[in-house]
Amino acid sequence: MPNHEEVPLTAPSTDIHAPMKKSGANPNLRFLEEVSAATAGVARLEMCIQCGTCGGSCPVAADMDHTPRMLFAMIRAGMREEALKSNTPWMCVSCYHCVVRCPQDVHITDVMYTLKSMAIRAKLYQDSTAPDFSQTFVDMVENYGRSYELGLATRHYLKHFPLRLPGMAPMGMGMISKKRMSITPRRIDGIEQLRTILARAKELEAVS
Amino acid sequence: MTSYLFYPGCSMDASAKSYYDSLMAIHGILDLDLQEIKDWNCCGATEYVGLSLTPAYSLISRNLALASQQANGSHTVVAPCSACYLNLAKADHYMQERPVLGERVNQALAAGGLHYDPGSLAIRHLLDIVVHDIGLETVQSKVTRPLTGLRVAPYLGCMVPRPDYEKRWSDHEHPDELDRLLKALGAEVIDFPLKTHCCGGHMTQIGPSTAFELIRRLIHSADQYKADMMVTVCPMCQMNLDAYQGEMNRYFHTSYKMPIMYFTQLMGLAFGLPAKELGFGLELVSAGAALGRIGVEVPVPEELKARPKKTKKTGLPMPVMPGDEEVNQ
Repeated sequence: MPNHEEVPLTAPSTDIHAPMKKSGANPNLRFLEEVSAATAGVARLEMCIQCGTCGGSCPVAADMDHTPRMLFAMIRAGMREEALKSNTPWMCVSCYHCVVRCPQDVHITDVMYTLKSMAIRAKLYQDSTAPDFSQTFVDMVENYGRSYELGLATRHYLKHFPLRLPGMAPMGMGMISKKRMSITPRRIDGIEQLRTILARAKELEAVS
Repeated sequence: MTSYLFYPGCSMDASAKSYYDSLMAIHGILDLDLQEIKDWNCCGATEYVGLSLTPAYSLISRNLALASQQANGSHTVVAPCSACYLNLAKADHYMQERPVLGERVNQALAAGGLHYDPGSLAIRHLLDIVVHDIGLETVQSKVTRPLTGLRVAPYLGCMVPRPDYEKRWSDHEHPDELDRLLKALGAEVIDFPLKTHCCGGHMTQIGPSTAFELIRRLIHSADQYKADMMVTVCPMCQMNLDAYQGEMNRYFHTSYKMPIMYFTQLMGLAFGLPAKELGFGLELVSAGAALGRIGVEVPVPEELKARPKKTKKTGLPMPVMPGDEEVNQ
């Protein structure tokens, strides 16, 4: 007669708050919870069944350090540092192919956004190109209330792809001569109101 | 006349001027009353959400709060840009799905004297309004110059058919609404297999070689189907495929010349409006040859007329630096 006490047929408690019994317990087992809590909707990250539909649907999977499936397994395993160092969220193009195909309705794209913001806060992502682009974009929006493509593209390319700028010049000039890029940004009337709202939102974000 | 709250988005001012001009040219014919949301701000594109959650959603929601304040009988917000549309729709959706986010966003909005009740507005893309509210029969009844002989690839990109919270589209990956609209205009529509694949999004900025590959796939496929042009519903798709097509060609040593036009431009043409009122000629990859075939002359923008023609189509030859192709690694 097998001892059911020792080998339970059902999984033990899935309560991740439960104290770890073994020594050398993984201190990051709450990482999945942390990621879910910081995601816009109900992330459903814990529902991932590792089927790989996401990676198979991803147009940029070849350029990723880890497929989304692998990344989600790492998050579940509490591999905090590795997950936040991965380039995967930064490669995500927000095409939502994986989201509509995921049989478990995991909010994959939104989880990618969450991982980006966590990586920036933890200063773990190595390549500054993508975070810089986001920051430059946001600075511009906070300054004017609108985005301003010429300033954005020029600042960004000068800093990160200076060798590409000469190649891009015909495109830039074409866009300017056809009046498709504004030279001067336009500022919204309620910029002070917008800044007040964003300042309050940042306070709320900090305490959450 | 049905009236809508109109959120143009930043691109309509500049890079997507032809989208804006053509929409303004046709909205009267379609009896479409667009009331621009006063003092709207940027939606944050796909950038702000990757930095900070509450500020990103507060930025988006200021627009929704202004829209509900200014709502004058209409409770439908229309956005012509896919990214703007999805951001507005997401804020509305997630503030309901995750009430704690809704509360936090409203606390932030309150600092600016604003408030938004999630669920109180319907957020829709312009194509959705044209196909489902105005209807294809009405569109067809306005056609005076059918686009017979013009072979087009309908290209929706990602963020209109996906994630599609309100289930407005016939399919997430192969919806046929844009196909049917273009057929109603008299165009020959190819069954474009990549119609909802990615244009590269922000990767043209942060990882050009990744973006170039995505752009190449789309243009190559449309070219194989012998499309005269691709027809898009989004300023970011148009910008990536049109403005970066030359750079993509240099990167892959290809020579595609696929014009990328907005569906509103083709609607205007089919309604018999002059090409110059519809922003034709502002595209970097000229639609001149394609439209010439159906007897439409594409105007040359004033400021370009005076310039002498360059002998080489790519401008000065540029040295290729070693490792240049790995510049975004």
